[in-house]
Amino acid sequence: MAEVNKLTPKDFKSDQEIRWCPGCGDHAILNAVQKTMANLGIPREKFAVVSGIGCSSRFPYYMNTYGFHGIHGRGAAIASGLKVANPDLSVWQITGDGDAMAIGGNHFIHVIRRNIDMNLLLFNNEIYGLTKGQYSPTSQLGAKSKTSPFGTVENPFHPGELVIGAQGHFFARAIDNQVKVTTEIFEQAARFKGTSVVEILQNCVIFNDAIHKDIVSRDVRDDRTILLKHGEKMIFGKEKDKGLVRDGLKLKVVTIGKDGYTIEDILTHDAHEANPGMHLMLANMRYPDFPVALGVIRAVPDATYEERLDQQISEVQKQSKIKNMDDLMRTGDTWEV
Amino acid sequence: MATTKKKIEKEEVVIRFSGDSGDGMQMTGTQFSNTTALLGNDVSTFPDYPAEIRAPQGTVGGVSGFQLHFGNAKVHTPGDYCDVLVAMNPAALKANQRWIKNGGTIIVNIDSFSEKNLKKAGFEENPLPELKKGDYNVIEAPIQTLIHEAVKDLGLDMKSIERTKNMFALGITYWLFNRPLNHTETFFEQKFAKKPEIIEANILALHAGYNYANTVEALSSHYVVKKAELEKGVYRNINGNTATAWGLIAAAEKAKMPLFCGSYPITPATEILHELSARRDLGVKTFQAEDEIGGITTAIGASFAGNLAVTTTSGPGLALKTEAVGLAVITELPLVIVDVQRGGPSTGLPTKTEQSDLLQAIYGRHGESPAVVIAASSPSNCFQYAFEAGRIALEHMVPVILLTDGFLANGSEPWRVPEMSSLPAIKAPFVEPNEKDYLPYERDPETLTRKWAVPGMKGFEHRVGGLEKMDKTGNVSYVPENHQLMSEYRQEKVNKIAEDYPLPSVEGADEGELLVIGWGGTYGHLHTAVTELQEEGKKLSFVHFNYVYPLPKGVDKIFEKFDNLLVCELNLGQFADYLSIKVPGYKYQKYNKVQGLPFTVDELKNAFNKILEDK
Repeated sequence: MAEVNKLTPKDFKSDQEIRWCPGCGDHAILNAVQKTMANLGIPREKFAVVSGIGCSSRFPYYMNTYGFHGIHGRGAAIASGLKVANPDLSVWQITGDGDAMAIGGNHFIHVIRRNIDMNLLLFNNEIYGLTKGQYSPTSQLGAKSKTSPFGTVENPFHPGELVIGAQGHFFARAIDNQVKVTTEIFEQAARFKGTSVVEILQNCVIFNDAIHKDIVSRDVRDDRTILLKHGEKMIFGKEKDKGLVRDGLKLKVVTIGKDGYTIEDILTHDAHEANPGMHLMLANMRYPDFPVALGVIRAVPDATYEERLDQQISEVQKQSKIKNMDDLMRTGDTWEV
Repeated sequence: MATTKKKIEKEEVVIRFSGDSGDGMQMTGTQFSNTTALLGNDVSTFPDYPAEIRAPQGTVGGVSGFQLHFGNAKVHTPGDYCDVLVAMNPAALKANQRWIKNGGTIIVNIDSFSEKNLKKAGFEENPLPELKKGDYNVIEAPIQTLIHEAVKDLGLDMKSIERTKNMFALGITYWLFNRPLNHTETFFEQKFAKKPEIIEANILALHAGYNYANTVEALSSHYVVKKAELEKGVYRNINGNTATAWGLIAAAEKAKMPLFCGSYPITPATEILHELSARRDLGVKTFQAEDEIGGITTAIGASFAGNLAVTTTSGPGLALKTEAVGLAVITELPLVIVDVQRGGPSTGLPTKTEQSDLLQAIYGRHGESPAVVIAASSPSNCFQYAFEAGRIALEHMVPVILLTDGFLANGSEPWRVPEMSSLPAIKAPFVEPNEKDYLPYERDPETLTRKWAVPGMKGFEHRVGGLEKMDKTGNVSYVPENHQLMSEYRQEKVNKIAEDYPLPSVEGADEGELLVIGWGGTYGHLHTAVTELQEEGKKLSFVHFNYVYPLPKGVDKIFEKFDNLLVCELNLGQFADYLSIKVPGYKYQKYNKVQGLPFTVDELKNAFNKILEDK
């Protein structure tokens, strides 16, 4: 294979004017994706960005790669067909909380279950933006919106819980405006073979502004989030003095040096553990009881759908005497006139 | 096996096997058809089974039937009325007695004619004495008793013994029509290679039936049907669903492209997915999606990747896929959508045939959303039209809906196997790798087809999608005039495909009192009815459509030469209404049937005669 010229983020910018609102979290995510792709060493023509419908789903138009802007909720299915048909591609699906978990819920859980090797970036702003402000499947109970002026009466989905419930092999969480960390997370997602879901806490500046502010504002972020890294202690806080320990079947936040807890007591993150129990607890940690987990929470390698399919095809082809249609049509019960 | 009984020659015969849905009637019918086709007769079959896998035993609703028609000349339909009815229980007799010809033979499993079973079937009293008084030859075979006797040394359990009932019945019919047993014996030897006792039991039951028929006095003679005169070549029996699957694989092979099928199981289309899934050896990728929408949208993704992409379904599934068909229309990606029509609306009659998805296929989408619609007209020519659907989709960058139906899908007939070299070439409009300045929506001036670049090709990176796109560049565009231009391009591109279509040929004189018009799966019945009346000297002709949307050009030149136009279809008149829009100025009379059943030749002849006499 020819040497791949070093690509830069600029090589991934298309000539189309970006039409997201000024201040929208999507701009930063776009930058992070372009940076990530430049770092991967994959030729540009092998990238394909697929989406459904929603603000985030305009993403492919702004990428100078192959792109497919699909229909509402179906991005995961379009991307599945694309990847299975050509496993050589690096396939990225861009989706939102409504696109992935409401209208596209079925495709979302099944692509994860099948473990098709693609990177699914889920922009979670807990609102429908493109249709101008209706609650979404991730809106908190009681959230007020145009379709819930008195507050919602339904419980939200938590993407991580859904991903792990669907036998997800990779789940990470990131924040839209933390480009450096987000880029690192995207890169890990891209290098993981299988369906990598990254939930990005994204801000809709118009219809749900500051929905994540209690977690992501710079002044509180260090104390209210924990960046998990495989093999490292689960420590967080401005002073790096807080940590997570087991408390029976649950997790507990402790301060190192208080109540007899030392660094030795703090849990070490194992993203590769196949048993989903700990990952589920980490993914489900919510403010104010817990810091919100960022980084790669789960990354458990397994065979992908398309690998198994291609392997099956080559095995059957080795054994079968039927090599083409002429063979097939003349196999079995035939007779000559 | 020698016999001293009389042999009588017949030109054609119709047999109907019927029993409980667990009685193995489909397998029995298939065995008889395959043996008969191998002997050189032409055969047409019609399986007719309930939607329930095991409907309540012994009830009329649970009766599964398999009718087949064979002869010494070309056979176009599975026949209206049967010469021989095999009824494994009273319910089967109840459900089918209206389909027996006068003078026909009824073979019943008399062991099942208990008072309880008669009551379950809805008979007030045993109908057999009455039938015997009539013009029927009723054979009361104690099938259960005789199979128990035949296999008693094998030490089988009750259930396995009872399962061989159908082979006893098959043995009787093999004797009756002078068929050899070896083909069915070989079938069992292959199918149950690991269960020798099952092979032996079935073969013993088959022979027991054959010998019973040879011995029983009530069967005084048996019949010979000579070989049909068929074109030279290699033949095989094929049903419409297999033919469809093979036509799709053939199109991909001819186009030198991989085949991808994204699909979701639905009666009566599922066997296409079965057959494609079995063809890993030919590199076919099948994707059993989570739902119908996943089926078509994975196919659209695969099409974007540069595969020949197909999705297979029936009416309710096509409804679910509708939005995505529009996506294929606007992205101008090739896609084949197979709709094996069944009785509707809603779940309707899932295992029965109908032609009522026509207008859904042509018009059932939001927006100006033209797709090509073509229809197969016999089980075996599903191959030709599936291939054609692939060819049109790839060469014109357009979704193509192929309409077949439950009758074609499950029906089978001998098929002369083509050589791949005899099929037309298929050339998708891929870009040349060294082309510069690719514009994804620049069009060929003749065909208006765009050029195709697929992910992985260096220098052709571009975006497609569901938003309206700017002429040539494919960038998102809300310019009002551009939307009109692109809408017209997409329509005109589809219209132009008809320029290559052959005008359908008229069977019979090209002018006269009556032109019978049909489309799709009704060809065999319409052809037979028209031909039989023509042989009686009646002045009528017949034209049949496979290319539905767009229509071939010049159809009005055919229609204008007839006094009466009668459109016959298995719906309430959809093609007739469509013709009145597309070929206006004519009075289209309608002959419609919506019973989940094919036409009968008889009812068609009556309808044609009525118009001819009313004149």
